Amino acid sequence: MAKASNAARPEPQRLNSVEELATLRQELLDSKDPNQAEIVVCYGTGCLASGARQVEAALKKALKAADMDVKVRPLIKTTGCRGFCSQGPLVVIQPEGIFYQKVSPQDAEDIVQALAQDAGPVQRLLYRDPKTGETIPHEKDIPFYKLQERLVLRRIGSIDPTDIYDTIAAGGYQALAKALTSMEPEQVVAEVEKSGLRGRGGAGFPTGRKWRGALKAIEKKGRPVYVVCNGDEGDPGAFMDCMVMEGDPHAVLEGMILGAYALGAEQGYLYVRAEYPVAIEHLSIAIEQARSLGLLGENILGSGFSFDVRINRGAGAFVCGESTALFTSIEGKAGEPRPKYVRSVEEGLWGRPTVLNNVETWANVPLIIENGGDWYAGIGVPHSTGTKVFSLVGKVNNVGLVEVPMGVPLGHIVEEIGGGVPGGKPFKAVQTGGPSGGCIPYELKDTPVDFDSLKAAGSMMGSGGMIVMDERDCVVDVARYFLRFLEEESCGKCIPCRLGLTRMREILDDFSRGKGSQKDLEDLESLAQAIKDGALCALGGSAPNPLLATLRYFRDEYLAHIEGHKCPAGVCKDLITYRIDPDKCTGCTSCARMCPQGAISGEKKKPHAIDESACIRCGICLETCEFGAVEVF
Amino acid sequence: MVEFEIDGQKVQAQEGWTVLETARKYGIHIPTLCYHEAVKPSGACRLCVVELREGDWSKVVISCMYPVAEGLKVFTDSERVKNVRRWILEMLLAECPASEEIRQLAAQYGVTSTRFAIHDPDQDCILCGLCVRVCAEVVGANAISTVGRGVHKQIGAPYLEPGSDCVACGSCVTVCPTGAMRRRLDAVRGKPKVELAR
Ligand SMILES: Cc1cc2nc3c(=O)[nH]c(=O)nc-3n(C[C@H](O)[C@H](O)[C@H](O)COP(=O)(O)O)c2cc1C
Ligand code: SF4
Ligand code: SF4
Ligand code: FES
Ligand code: FES
Repeated sequence: MAKASNAARPEPQRLNSVEELATLRQELLDSKDPNQAEIVVCYGTGCLASGARQVEAALKKALKAADMDVKVRPLIKTTGCRGFCSQGPLVVIQPEGIFYQKVSPQDAEDIVQALAQDAGPVQRLLYRDPKTGETIPHEKDIPFYKLQERLVLRRIGSIDPTDIYDTIAAGGYQALAKALTSMEPEQVVAEVEKSGLRGRGGAGFPTGRKWRGALKAIEKKGRPVYVVCNGDEGDPGAFMDCMVMEGDPHAVLEGMILGAYALGAEQGYLYVRAEYPVAIEHLSIAIEQARSLGLLGENILGSGFSFDVRINRGAGAFVCGESTALFTSIEGKAGEPRPKYVRSVEEGLWGRPTVLNNVETWANVPLIIENGGDWYAGIGVPHSTGTKVFSLVGKVNNVGLVEVPMGVPLGHIVEEIGGGVPGGKPFKAVQTGGPSGGCIPYELKDTPVDFDSLKAAGSMMGSGGMIVMDERDCVVDVARYFLRFLEEESCGKCIPCRLGLTRMREILDDFSRGKGSQKDLEDLESLAQAIKDGALCALGGSAPNPLLATLRYFRDEYLAHIEGHKCPAGVCKDLITYRIDPDKCTGCTSCARMCPQGAISGEKKKPHAIDESACIRCGICLETCEFGAVEVF
Repeated sequence: MVEFEIDGQKVQAQEGWTVLETARKYGIHIPTLCYHEAVKPSGACRLCVVELREGDWSKVVISCMYPVAEGLKVFTDSERVKNVRRWILEMLLAECPASEEIRQLAAQYGVTSTRFAIHDPDQDCILCGLCVRVCAEVVGANAISTVGRGVHKQIGAPYLEPGSDCVACGSCVTVCPTGAMRRRLDAVRGKPKVELAR
């Protein structure tokens, strides 16, 4: 990210005490005119992909051209992902919080002029509520945001993540200051225990208990102890951790520093997948800046406590997110898991006591220390406290990053925050927990989204991926997709996973061609159990979950494939036929023009027809037809 | 001394032993493929699974690495154990159709045919990694390694280039449970013509 802030910044000067940090923060707050306009451009991955860089350049140009007219020269700032990626590129005018969506470079001039002349927002760029049709000028009033509770994401979208001063002004490192001045290391552990925080990386292990376990192991084995951040995020469709690392890297760092203080660790590791270059860049900048201010490294804030971190780039293998594989990967060996009969808190990285936590877990720690474990435990539900960030993708209107308190009903997230399925039909199911999770059908839409309820429903929280499926998604196809993914990602060390996943996928391949029997279904279930019981690590051990969950809720759809030779969702190509309903067809010819095979014929204004033998079942005609005349069956 | 039960039989073990070590001391048979006293266990083949039970709770673990603990109740032949074992043997029949040793072992457990597709009728390596471990841990030569990941994993000289690290001690051939290493040694040491290890 380019350094966009044009505010005058003090030269970095080492802070030698907590008081100096407080003074710096006060200076930063005093130097800022709260009424000064700020043009905030979202520089998250989604908005960058839809052209945020060009928008920012155009805004700068327009600002320059308008220089004469603008009374208070507004600042341009770039931030991490605001979460509402499907509406990008996003531009927000602060301090009022005017929300512009789908901004293009051509809009830059109008945006700047509106500001210069105090003319009110540019109407055409405002968000329009699809339900009421009314425009909503302010970000905070948009249902997508209004119904969220953004704690972990609280600074993302308002701070420039490459500028530590911006973070400090926004309250960064206040929790560290508090811990260093008023808490013994053990109290930090106790506070995390009290908060009820559970790991956000997948299994939901209580973080405080993990830290306590490490303290016990240290009693036996002594130090060094390591703290490690798991930023390998490999679930397809998941991007929460990426956005946190990109948008508020200091939150992750501060969490790790607090953890290190609690455990007496001197070295930490941030394991980030190499496919996240921006996250790595922002973390590197954050580490540099924190070091130069004395918030990281030797003698942090003059307290005598020293801790430093380094970044390890993950090689991009999904299995390297598994704790023991992650350790061997950091140690420079092939990332293969080992049995975990001895826990990582006792024998982790380099055989030493180690605390490994997920990105979002670490980012929660400063919140807990600053506001207290009791405060945190009051958010969410009793056994799943706090909030959870989800990446909401699939057949849903509002694709993006959402943060809600634990325990909110699934349907609320999809229908209220996510705006439901395009076209307004109910969703069919929601896949949670990625390739290790399962799906929750529409009938169970009131299921509270917390660790235990999702598990009881046959799925899991996982790292927070949420893929919405509608009637055009086939459960056999979905189960095949995840199995194929894991088959590719299996490290190959243990036999059940290396060979068993392929076999399961082969059976599903047969199903998708209408081949298979009741006996195959039984085989599949017994093989799934053998893999669950037999695989070495949780990659293999949880690989059967998407299959088992879809079987549990959609057994009929499986039977439709193997007994009825039909794919009710119209996805499995070998089992479907496309047809044009002559009564509905207006003869507009669009489908005939779009068909890549030239399989559609008919005269203008007369019903068209599909030549079944030439049709490759790509579905383009179905999407093209505006009259709903194309049918799949 | 740690006391626990295997298949209802009271057994005693030293602190730090594994369930498998204890079972062997009592002559209780548990099949293994990737385990060898000479090297560290790795937990790759999963054939040595046993079930632990405590009231309603039950869990399948591998005996070659699971540390003994007071009061464990271990079952070596429960339905869950048999299910895992049968499927693994079926997988192995398909993966290594050329290994007589695997065929005999499978037959012992009543597995004589496989539902898995056979991709290479000449294959006999089960990728247990014993050869690699013995070469590294006992011989110290590091002449062999696993190459590739997942279904593409193979055993061979590093980067599949025959090298000069092999000291021709034959330890790998001795520990190999399927006889596969015998055919592969030349590929490690660098005689031409012989096909590289898979
Ligand atoms: C195959 C596999 C992949 C995993 N990938 C990740 C990952 O990308 N990020 C993550 O935080 N945890 C991942 N985990 C979970 C970690 O093993 C570990 O439980 C987690 O990082 C612990 O942190 P937490 O307690 O804060 O969740 C993965 C686990 C498995 C089995
Ligand atoms: S379960 Fe799969 S990924 Fe895990 S160790 Fe076994 S082969 Fe490797
Ligand atoms: S060659 Fe033999 S010892 Fe080596 S991995 Fe294959 S089966 Fe195991
Ligand atoms: S990238 Fe801009 S909202 Fe997500
Ligand atoms: S013998 Fe225990 S896993 Fe192979």
